Amino acid sequence: MIMLESAPFTGYVYPNETIIPWTLLIAIYPYLTGLVAGAFTVSSLHHAFGMERFKPVARFALLTSLSCMIFVPLPLILHLGHPERAMNAMITPHLSSAFAMFGFFAAFYVLLLLLECWFVFRADNVARAQSSTGLLRAFYRAVTLWSDDVSAKAREYDRKWLLALAIIGIPGAHGLHGYVGFVYGSLKSREWWGSDLMPVVFIFSAVISGMALCIVLYVFAAKVRRVRIDFACLKGMAYTLWGFMMFTLLLEALEFANLVYKGREGIELVMEYVRGPLFVRMFVVQFGFGALLPIGIISAMIARDTRGKAFVVGLVISSLLVLMSVFMMRWNVVIGGQEISKTMKGLLTYIPPLYGRQGILAGIAVMTAPFLLLWLLTRLFPPWGDMSPEGSK
Amino acid sequence: MTQDPSKDKSGRRAFLRNAGKALAGAMGGGALLADSAARDEHVAGATGTQSFPTEEYDWKEHRWAYGIDATRCIGCLRCVEACKTENGVAGDAHHFRTWVERYVYLDGEDKAHVDSHHDPQNIAASGSESEYRFDNRYKDANVTKAFFVPKMCNHCEHPSCVQVCPVGATFRTEDGVVLIDKEYCIGCEYCVQACPYGARFFDDETRTSDKCTWCYHRITKGLQPACVEVCPVEARIFGDLNDPSSPVSEFISKNRVQVLKPETGNAPACFYVGLDKEVS
Repeated sequence: MIMLESAPFTGYVYPNETIIPWTLLIAIYPYLTGLVAGAFTVSSLHHAFGMERFKPVARFALLTSLSCMIFVPLPLILHLGHPERAMNAMITPHLSSAFAMFGFFAAFYVLLLLLECWFVFRADNVARAQSSTGLLRAFYRAVTLWSDDVSAKAREYDRKWLLALAIIGIPGAHGLHGYVGFVYGSLKSREWWGSDLMPVVFIFSAVISGMALCIVLYVFAAKVRRVRIDFACLKGMAYTLWGFMMFTLLLEALEFANLVYKGREGIELVMEYVRGPLFVRMFVVQFGFGALLPIGIISAMIARDTRGKAFVVGLVISSLLVLMSVFMMRWNVVIGGQEISKTMKGLLTYIPPLYGRQGILAGIAVMTAPFLLLWLLTRLFPPWGDMSPEGSK
Repeated sequence: MTQDPSKDKSGRRAFLRNAGKALAGAMGGGALLADSAARDEHVAGATGTQSFPTEEYDWKEHRWAYGIDATRCIGCLRCVEACKTENGVAGDAHHFRTWVERYVYLDGEDKAHVDSHHDPQNIAASGSESEYRFDNRYKDANVTKAFFVPKMCNHCEHPSCVQVCPVGATFRTEDGVVLIDKEYCIGCEYCVQACPYGARFFDDETRTSDKCTWCYHRITKGLQPACVEVCPVEARIFGDLNDPSSPVSEFISKNRVQVLKPETGNAPACFYVGLDKEVS
């Protein structure tokens, strides 16, 4: 006997809708790709646009992006009925499907990130190979692909490649994430998803989530490593976060206004949902605590020219709120869309189970994995070279 | 493999419509070839039989369609039971290849009360999730209008489920039936999301998507789908559009028929008589 997690409903819903198809894991999937795109943006501000103030965090952001990207396919594969058939999508891609290209895009992006990391860390790895012995030496030699040329000419060559990769990477990362938005936005079966703005909203919210993650991890790492925080860098991230948050909020408001103003068939049910079960999740948590409050905090700190510890604390709290808000946005989109019945006559309630492949614990494990990998990567390839204790201000 | 694999027209149309075709252009040729070559196997995977045409059945000679006369349906739910038995569908309140909806207008109200046999009150009345019936909740109410509407997969001409399947496991046959190759489906449930009619569900036994096949194993042998066979009032009509004298051809030519959610552009092949503004 298979245990079924059926969703309670009110009104009339199609019988087959009572098992919610896309669960917590499918809300985590766009969250992870968003973090990838956002962290990559932070890294590119230095590597592509040469903004020096982002230098202290650029390499760390790149590792963060890579760590998250490697785990992006995991929630999808865990959700499949037949994970062992996952490669069918790459062997016989059905090109009319919005999802057919995911495997190729993801593989391309992992390769791009690996290549960029290879160039960014090449000189460091050559030095480490030369200063270590035994297995460790063999490891770093292998990582450099047995190329130990760090002459000025070779470094110049590296820089050109890095610039090119960062320039390809920005549309790549944002394309990958906008594509995730298209996977939902292109469906005509659900009023809540069928929005042309969906890919754009996804991209902007991706940037703010990745930026917020880099802020939190950067401050956390500095505390753990007992080094001073580079305030110019942190302030730069705060400004960028603030700007992108304004855009994100505006776009989300525009999307919602469009839905309400057009008022197509079933809008009464959408409004019932928005005023009822979604009110706290969307207006209080996602927009109130997750968007307006951090915008308020950062605005106040910029206006009052807050410095020092107060600024760090304020910014970290704001960033944590943003991270929570973007996750809530993913949840409200993915789960919210399925809680509004296709009949437009009833509402369902998704209750995630604690255990099992689609459970809360599995979700926590999927969300933890990238950070364990990031920890390992920062041990193997310390990204802090430019902000070592001696070098910090 | 006796047939000359022909082009998957709906797949090709969908492909041409795809805005990203330029991006995918380089890969398109190979994938389409793979599609048509693999289709024989998909048919076998979906029907559990060899591919078509066989000696007895050529799928190019038929164009199946389904008619539903909602004015005749009495809500006895024999069709639901027959379908579950014939196709081995899970005997619970969450998996249906076909179901029946009840619409009731009460005196002084503008909106219909809608329910189906998966409604907890109806399950309480039957005593079991695997016994299907409508309870008698309106016996003391002043009912002004009431009717039943049978629902199922519409076997659309432009099926959104086929469009979104990332591996091509679900497809439309030459004779107009949308099937799923359960040996190839990866179980991502994108098709379940994309179907505007709620006709698809996740089959926990096979761990793939599942839905109505119009009893493809029966109709290719000259039989009727199980639901049509058992309907005591001829509310369900099935047949071949290529044959002008088939029940469904006559049903369509003699009635003003409608389809569900025409605005989706899916072009369903289930034709209704007796719908109402509230039916969606």
